[in-house]
Amino acid sequence: MAVGKEIKEQITSVKSTQKITSAMEKVAVSKMRRAQLRMQQSRPYADKIRDVIGHLANATSEYRHRYLQDRDVKRVGYIVVSSDRGLCGGLNNNMFKRLAQQAGEWKEKGVEVDYCAIGSKASLFFNSFGGNVVASQSHLGDAPELASLIGSVKVMLEAYDEGRIDRLYIIYNRFVNTMTQSPEAVQLLPLKAQKDEELKGHWDYIYEPDAKEILEGLLVRYVESQVYQGVVENNACEQAARMLAMKNATDNAGNMITELNLLYNKARQAAITQEISEIVSGAAAV
Amino acid sequence: MAMTVHCDIVSAEENLFSGLVERVIAAGALGDLGVEPGHAALLTPLKPGPVRIVKQGGEEEIVYVSGGYLEVQPNSVSILADTAVRANDIDEAAALEAKKHAEQAMENQGADFDYSRAMSQLAEAAAQLRTIQQIREKLGKH
Repeated sequence: MAVGKEIKEQITSVKSTQKITSAMEKVAVSKMRRAQLRMQQSRPYADKIRDVIGHLANATSEYRHRYLQDRDVKRVGYIVVSSDRGLCGGLNNNMFKRLAQQAGEWKEKGVEVDYCAIGSKASLFFNSFGGNVVASQSHLGDAPELASLIGSVKVMLEAYDEGRIDRLYIIYNRFVNTMTQSPEAVQLLPLKAQKDEELKGHWDYIYEPDAKEILEGLLVRYVESQVYQGVVENNACEQAARMLAMKNATDNAGNMITELNLLYNKARQAAITQEISEIVSGAAAV
Repeated sequence: MAMTVHCDIVSAEENLFSGLVERVIAAGALGDLGVEPGHAALLTPLKPGPVRIVKQGGEEEIVYVSGGYLEVQPNSVSILADTAVRANDIDEAAALEAKKHAEQAMENQGADFDYSRAMSQLAEAAAQLRTIQQIREKLGKH
């Protein structure tokens, strides 16, 4: 039964693929939980810094930091946060599509774009997409460290300081829930104007040593923490997307196995029927 | 019972401490300072070092921070801790090694060699080196 054997082999191979995808799904589930936790843990820091910066910006209104000032846009910077590994559905591609669209819009306005690629998928994308990549960083792992991002963020901040870029954006996948991730581009610099709240009760800090220096340091940290948040959130998205992709793959493999089994049984039955009819007709001839 | 104030120590990566404290002692940029409930509002950078917290009831805890900011408000104390020692130190040796790895990988291409990946690794290492050079130049200026 030559046909039957081939089908049997195919079923075995699909089954082993299914085992791998279901294992990957389980790994992604547990990694996603940890990534979500990390995402929540890094939020208070950014919130706190934002509060303090808001306060500082209000308190020292005579001094406008360059990160708070809008400039004419001649060139913009994008920090692109992607995953290091694939097999996570359309996660990265959706984001790259959004990025390409935005880059196109800037180009129409005659504005050039610099990129900072985080994650190896982004580096790969820019290899084919082109574009001026000024910094790149990848292999951050499942527990990214802020320290490993400082370098690439610094490159972009310096570009902003020196006037080579006039706006800085970060594009990453926002974690809506386990089923939904949406690419999102957020403006980092200049900081979007916040609602100018009146200083409650007109109290102010004692600054040691100097409000300007503190503001400077805090703004840099704020941008870094936003990028870190983006990386962590993208990581959670990656795991969620992988979980979903692998779940689909496992289900599809299951369907395929059912179909192949049906095919195998049919082929076997057909072979038996044929044999019987041959025997019967042979006996009749005798 | 001693007066207490709410204290949060947060870093970009995690929440290090949160709770009521009687006193916080940290190394500020202009010298060590102790904060007790009712302290005036204050904002100062911190030097790398231990932050001593006297929790409600007198129990002490020490949290190491590698720099950061201390913020005192009328009814709360927050420490925004850095997670890395803040100096312009990217590991140049590691960057060079990564570049070498990528180059080596391109020299002995196997049958199932991922060319595009090696190219991206090489570009990455080159970008890291560029970064370091830029930082060096900037440091040199000061």
